[in-house]
Amino acid sequence: MTDTPVRRERMRASWIFRPGVRSAVIQILLVALVVLIGWMIYRTTRQNIITQRIPIGFDFFWIESGFSISQTLIPFAENNTYARAFLVGLLNTLFVSALGVALATAIGFMVGIGRLSHNWIIARLCGGYVEVIRNLPLLFQILFWYLAVLATLPSPRESISLGNIFINNRGILMPKPMFGEGIGIVALLAAVGILLSLVFASLARRYRVQTGSKLKSWPITLLLVLVIPVFAFLYLKVGVAFDKPELKGFNFNGGLRIIPEFLALLIALSTYTAGFIAEIVRAGILAVHRGQTEAASALGLRRGPVLRLVVVPQALRVIIPPLTSQYLNLIKNSSLAVSIGYPDLVSVFAGTTLNNTGQAIEILGITMLVYLFISLVISFVMNLYNRRIALRER
Amino acid sequence: MSAAFVRMETLPPRPAPFAATGITGWFARRLFATPGDIAMTLIGFAAFVLIALPMFRFLVFDAVWTGENRDACLNASGACWPFVAAKFNQFVYGFYPYEELWRPNLVFAIGAVLLIPLLIPSAPLKRLNAILFFGVYPIAGFVLLTGGNLDPQRFVIGRFVRIPESFDIGAIARVIGVDHLDLRSRWGFRGTFWLDFIASAIVLSAAVAVIARLFGTRFTTSLKAMAIVFGALALLIVPVDADFGLRWVETREWGGLLVTLVVAITGIVAALPIGVLLALGRRSQMRLVRWASVAFIEFWRGVPLITVLFFATYMLPLFLPGGANIERLVRALIGVALFSGAYMAEVVRGGLAAVPKHQYESAAALGLGYWKTMYLVVLPQALTSVIPGIVNNFIGLFKDTTLVQIVAILDLLGQVRAAFSDPNWASPTTLYTGFAFAGMIYFVFCFAMSRYSLFLERRAGKSVLRMEAERR
Repeated sequence: MTDTPVRRERMRASWIFRPGVRSAVIQILLVALVVLIGWMIYRTTRQNIITQRIPIGFDFFWIESGFSISQTLIPFAENNTYARAFLVGLLNTLFVSALGVALATAIGFMVGIGRLSHNWIIARLCGGYVEVIRNLPLLFQILFWYLAVLATLPSPRESISLGNIFINNRGILMPKPMFGEGIGIVALLAAVGILLSLVFASLARRYRVQTGSKLKSWPITLLLVLVIPVFAFLYLKVGVAFDKPELKGFNFNGGLRIIPEFLALLIALSTYTAGFIAEIVRAGILAVHRGQTEAASALGLRRGPVLRLVVVPQALRVIIPPLTSQYLNLIKNSSLAVSIGYPDLVSVFAGTTLNNTGQAIEILGITMLVYLFISLVISFVMNLYNRRIALRER
Repeated sequence: MSAAFVRMETLPPRPAPFAATGITGWFARRLFATPGDIAMTLIGFAAFVLIALPMFRFLVFDAVWTGENRDACLNASGACWPFVAAKFNQFVYGFYPYEELWRPNLVFAIGAVLLIPLLIPSAPLKRLNAILFFGVYPIAGFVLLTGGNLDPQRFVIGRFVRIPESFDIGAIARVIGVDHLDLRSRWGFRGTFWLDFIASAIVLSAAVAVIARLFGTRFTTSLKAMAIVFGALALLIVPVDADFGLRWVETREWGGLLVTLVVAITGIVAALPIGVLLALGRRSQMRLVRWASVAFIEFWRGVPLITVLFFATYMLPLFLPGGANIERLVRALIGVALFSGAYMAEVVRGGLAAVPKHQYESAAALGLGYWKTMYLVVLPQALTSVIPGIVNNFIGLFKDTTLVQIVAILDLLGQVRAAFSDPNWASPTTLYTGFAFAGMIYFVFCFAMSRYSLFLERRAGKSVLRMEAERR
């Protein structure tokens, strides 16, 4: 055997080939590129702002807005500032989103479970619902509800009336409860009651897990949430009067009015998102192994408890992550309000305020940041929840 | 042990169970199993009848099929189809000039001819087909729809050095050997620009080659690469610069389904490269690259598309030099491309994560560098595995194109909505007819695509099963 010497070629410019050096160079170049682009944008923007005489800064927040808003959760008048208009819009966005999320979840779970029903016609109907809803654009559905359904309701004078509730093309009017003094205390008591009963429910659950015996929690819940506030309500003599809507001329006065823009947006958002949630729920339930259902039936559980106690808790682990993104989608989609004039954040702030002040950069920047912030908060909360219900592997 | 009770006689047979098979069995099991079920079945059936029957009557039986104007539909209780017929061009092309309609039609036709074989997995010549659809078709479509003849003035060097008009014509004619008058007046090629292009290509290639040499790349390799880059650029610029004698049609005149398709297809085609780069960046070992990609992706995914469109309409003109001159549709397209690029990145990331680790390791063992590993080994597998995801993304984008009407670009839905206010066609059922028509078009497109994506998923599932079976 001849000994062949292994020849090692010496690498030239070796340091340049080191991955560390290479990645450092690439990253420095990237930063330089980002800075360069940012600087170019800054320079052009500055130039444009100067030549077009666009005001900059956030002073516009404290100017009187001079417009009114059709639905406000907090009082708002024309002489209020843009800052307050921003707040009104944000609250409206959160309001319709929260209701939409709740409704969409309810409808979505019903339809998703219904699609797996052994009843042929129910399964087919739910399947049809999902196909139709998911294959039509959301904006189409919003406009449909707004223009083709709600706008064609009778005029105020020919309202459909259900007792003191009137339905017409200006929305739904209902008596507005006017509470006397001390309602704040009652509301506070009720809120504290809800909180305490939640705490109690979780303690009861822990007790059940530890000892195996069940603690009845509903009497305590009833006491805390209903009995004490009602008692306080009566004891403090808060009293309630109803401001009923009344037809005066061509329109209604008084009462509580739910505007059609809100209704159209809420219906469209919740039914649309429900179509997607239904599919997620269905996939989640199908992901639970058949043996689980069979074992539960073998233990003698009926169909309802099998779903509630065995299948859904396991399915939730699969369902939660995509469900989160659907909730986020719903919140982002609520910005379509601008197409029918529901005064949400985009409509009031990025629409009217932007048109009035012309300060596109500040306003759009803030709007985008608000949505980003909401998205991040919700992902964070849902991640926490997901971690709580996740399978604890040992 | 004593038995307390012993049965002495055989029990009488129980009655036969209600049929569990056959049609009656099916009805018993699937519709009338329990009293609750019976109630549900009846409610469901009633709901179906209450929805389907009036719809069918509206669309077919009570519909008006012929007519010249609103008079035909005034007393109708069904759809007013003459309204759709009269507005059909507007719904499909917007206000695209009537005598030029052959151009969008040709674009539709070429698109269909290229797309259908691309969608059929067993059709031959996939690579050529894909190049034609993703490379040639967008350029051809652009030239046909706009008219092309962009006539660029400066490339790179021309921005720093002024190239005298008198100098270039002779030079370019001499270089190419064609009569300069012909090049400029007949084909619309501006001599100053092309001289600028050639000079810039030479100078930049040389510069890159010198820098790359410092990093150990051979001159020939880098020059070849630069030749490919500038060759591709020239191939891109020549057709859009050339004057084919087509009239320039401003995007302001486009509308309807044409805009819907243009926005959706441009969005998805532009999103692919953006998405691939971002997805690779997000999985990069380099921290800053990863952070930048994550920030970019999460930003665009965290904001609603409307704000993106507002951004494109109101902020882009401030950001870009001469931004106010960019047409509205183009601005919206930029916004849509960034937006859908971020979503695409997440789809591609899923595909990258699904490529088994040994593929990366084998590629490394073969001595492939990063880009070759990605281009030759990883991306082909990753992208084929996420085609259903890409199709789903496209469905979402297709539906989202309706949002452009909020920034005053009239897509299909926008045109339909605009047509509602035409007094010539004001009738009780015009509104519903318009919604029915638009709804059917959106439904057909989206439903077909979602079925296609399901088909691909099933096929992929089958091939995985087959592969596993072969391995055993």
